[in-house]
Amino acid sequence: MSMRPGRRHFLRITGAIATAAMVGGPVEAQRRRGTMRELEAAVRATVGEGPIVEGRVTVEIPALVENGNAVPLTVRVESPMSADDHVRAIHVFSEKNPRPSIVSFHLGPRAGRAEISTRIRLVDTQTVVAVAETSDGRRWSGRTDVVVTLAACLEDA
Amino acid sequence: MRTRTLVKVPATARRGEVVEIKVLVSHPMETGFRRDRTGGAIPVDIIRRFECRYDGDTVFAADFHPAVAANPFLAFTTVATTSGTITFEWVGDNGFAHRESAEIQVE
Repeated sequence: MSMRPGRRHFLRITGAIATAAMVGGPVEAQRRRGTMRELEAAVRATVGEGPIVEGRVTVEIPALVENGNAVPLTVRVESPMSADDHVRAIHVFSEKNPRPSIVSFHLGPRAGRAEISTRIRLVDTQTVVAVAETSDGRRWSGRTDVVVTLAACLEDA
Repeated sequence: MRTRTLVKVPATARRGEVVEIKVLVSHPMETGFRRDRTGGAIPVDIIRRFECRYDGDTVFAADFHPAVAANPFLAFTTVATTSGTITFEWVGDNGFAHRESAEIQVE
């Protein structure tokens, strides 16, 4: 019998915490939405000017999300992750959230794989974009469309 | 409120193996977009930065914005290089700082 908590235990606890976090006040009229133009401005503010090539980056989110407060996200970049050819950073952006920047990851050859999972908030049905910066200074992007049936809470407490 | 964390690191690994690390920290990640009952804005209160160090070297880091869900969860990988300590540090608004560590045995 191992003393280390198993996967099932881990998932049960994380699920319980996530559920507790959802309990909020009444849903009110949602505030303004972001736009694709704002997303693009945020991408430029983060990675600077220069070409961004579509490809190598996969954004995985369930196509239909019931709860925008905790949306599972996995980003993956095709890369050998070697000392001279690796992903340095991955930035994730939202089209419709009040602010486009969601999260940035910083990694390197010691990651072994360029694959990261987290949970995010999405205020509405929208496009999520990820931009990866590789060690040769190039940028790659991927995107996915997601349908959100219950928005992340911007409602009052 | 006491900060709770869940940290999953394999106890043992082969040298060169890519191992998965999962971490979760309890935090409301208050977005700054909500209002209280009196109509006042609830100020933003989030974790801003996460860092994972392996034997002192930063091997993974993340910058969080308000769109990261409450109780931030991360799953990422690292190459098992040597037996040692992997540390996890979260830093955020209002002086929030929390640190955890785990040992890994590399054969």
